[in-house]
Amino acid sequence: MQNASLDFKRQVTVKLADEKLQQALSRLQSRFVEGRSAVISEIHDLQETRDAATRIRDRVLNNLGHWLLHFEEQATKRGAVVHWAETAEDANRIVVEIAKQHDVKTAAKSKSMVSEECGLNDALENAGVKVVETDLGEYILQQAHEAPSHIVAPVVHKNKEEISDLFANVHGLPRKTGIAELCREAREVLRPAFLNADMGISGANFLIAETGSALIVTNEGNGRLVTTLPRVHVAITGIEKVVPTLEDASTLLRLLPRSATGQSITNYVSMLTGKKKETDPEGPDHFHIVLLDNGRSSLLGTPMQEMLRCIRCGACMNHCPVYQNIGGHAYGWVYPGPMGSILTPLLDGIEKAPDLPNASTLCGACAVVCPVKIPLPDLLRKLREKQLALGLRPRQETALLGIWSWLALHPRAYALATRIAVRAMKVVGGKEGLLHRLPGASGWTDGRDFPAPEGKTFREMYRERS
Amino acid sequence: MRVGLFVTCLVDSMRPRIGFAALRLLEAAGCEVFVPETQTCCGQPGYNSGDSKTAKNLALKFIAEFEGYDYVVVPSGSCAGMIRVHYPGLFEDEPDLHERFLKVAERTFELTDFLHRIVRLEKITGTFRGSLTYHDSCSGLRELDVYKQPRALLARMPDVALEEMVESTTCCGFGGTFSVKYGELSARMADNKCRHIADTHAGTIAGGDLGCLLNIEGRLRRNGDHDTRVLHIAEILAGGED
Repeated sequence: MQNASLDFKRQVTVKLADEKLQQALSRLQSRFVEGRSAVISEIHDLQETRDAATRIRDRVLNNLGHWLLHFEEQATKRGAVVHWAETAEDANRIVVEIAKQHDVKTAAKSKSMVSEECGLNDALENAGVKVVETDLGEYILQQAHEAPSHIVAPVVHKNKEEISDLFANVHGLPRKTGIAELCREAREVLRPAFLNADMGISGANFLIAETGSALIVTNEGNGRLVTTLPRVHVAITGIEKVVPTLEDASTLLRLLPRSATGQSITNYVSMLTGKKKETDPEGPDHFHIVLLDNGRSSLLGTPMQEMLRCIRCGACMNHCPVYQNIGGHAYGWVYPGPMGSILTPLLDGIEKAPDLPNASTLCGACAVVCPVKIPLPDLLRKLREKQLALGLRPRQETALLGIWSWLALHPRAYALATRIAVRAMKVVGGKEGLLHRLPGASGWTDGRDFPAPEGKTFREMYRERS
Repeated sequence: MRVGLFVTCLVDSMRPRIGFAALRLLEAAGCEVFVPETQTCCGQPGYNSGDSKTAKNLALKFIAEFEGYDYVVVPSGSCAGMIRVHYPGLFEDEPDLHERFLKVAERTFELTDFLHRIVRLEKITGTFRGSLTYHDSCSGLRELDVYKQPRALLARMPDVALEEMVESTTCCGFGGTFSVKYGELSARMADNKCRHIADTHAGTIAGGDLGCLLNIEGRLRRNGDHDTRVLHIAEILAGGED
């Protein structure tokens, strides 16, 4: 997917002024924040479970090559074919080749963020394969030619009326207004897509090394159809998704749906193991698993490795006050919110997303809810360090930082500078005690007054007193 | 007990009366309070802008100034968090210093945390009357677990009516340099906070971090609200808030 993160600041302005979006985003709080809160307490040993999940993910990441090979061996033994894709282009090429090899005309797809990362749909369409998204949210976006704005609820930025209009327009049927009616209409439109598809494409929430299975969690049942009806199934996911055992997957499953959608468990948990055997009543004749690196392995053994623990629940963005106010599109690439602000510069280039690591108050709400305890604010801060070291920060900012740091380390000069500043600001603040403008800090005063200081520093008053 | 008061750069320059309020509270709790004269800033602006070198230098300056006291008390959750949570991490490759920073971190407390848990201040001298709502600043809340402490102290003031706002623990949008770099976003977050404050109909918004309070006050005033008072918890507890 094209990265538009450079446009972040302008997008913030646009998104803050978009009333429809703001209304849609206001639902995040009740749907996801309160939703999670209501069910996460079902886990009585929540902190221990988070610790266990963290250990499972770390165990894999500390020896990723081993677990991937173990997974490949087990998956191959059960009739799957494992493909290794170093880049997004490689992944697209591999899937296109699989499609050609099996004479695929149409593909039905369940939700996969890795396929978004690769721009897989475009690659397949260019190769003459018709792709139909079957996750309701993704289907809506495909019809609207839009990208997901959330990794779990891709269409969270749209309201029902927009979807009613879109369906009436695209389907050429009378405009429906009820959610149930809209869903029924989508189901009817999509049914032939499932039945006619030559190939099903899914992601994978976890890859289980001991059984060679790809595990997916879904709510609509489309994932199950896509992975069992077509003669070819391709599961595409990141190399970091492997977990050692079924037991480990079940530990992570206690946390994933609760953190993601506020569900104790999703409607479907599918474990896809090998291709159809002779005795199986259903299943794909061919099962391909495409494992994407795309920069992930370069994080191994670095201070950023912790980011690879991510199980894509989306809790960090649901709880992020920045995401809550601007939505996912402003971030400009596949992954929004705190996890996206870290992954985008790491996977797609630090120079392509200069704002993302900085556009956070480091409030820490994300880290508190992360099921695998990724220290997201610390990682954002590390990226800021990297930006500064690489000279990627604006010159004015680094100059001010330089002056501040010199002053802070020279107490006498600091005392003098602050004494002058607070006196001047008190005068400007006047009777009202407010500064309406601050040179060099219009970012503050465009939207807020600046309360004036008292006029003397604490330290000089303290000194005078004693 | 000998207590070093780390005033914080914002209180020092913007609201000395908060510093004096903290001083009175500590003295009322029986502490012998010291204010090292050369203190400036804990280093957060640099640390959060990726300049960990300056943050380290300021940490070294801090430890030279404050290591000798039994406790260090800070009227700010984010500066106390910087010292307690982040300083030791800056010296992970220097075992001796790391050890010293861990030790001073253990003895460093946010003001209300110190007053409630360590010295167990029972008699509150503040004379504040009326309703107030409390904003939980992020670092104090999430790095230092400061939530009950200010409420417990306020509960000892018979004339204070605490009206909780919704989402009191959601960030106000300050975030240090964030408030200037992403002013529009920051102002929107402050706006949400102001709305939640207004919904409580409390006459005062109080909190434990001056940065957040300046942000909230700035947005309230810009919105034309010149009535809601914005006070640091120290001013309320110590009195002299007028």
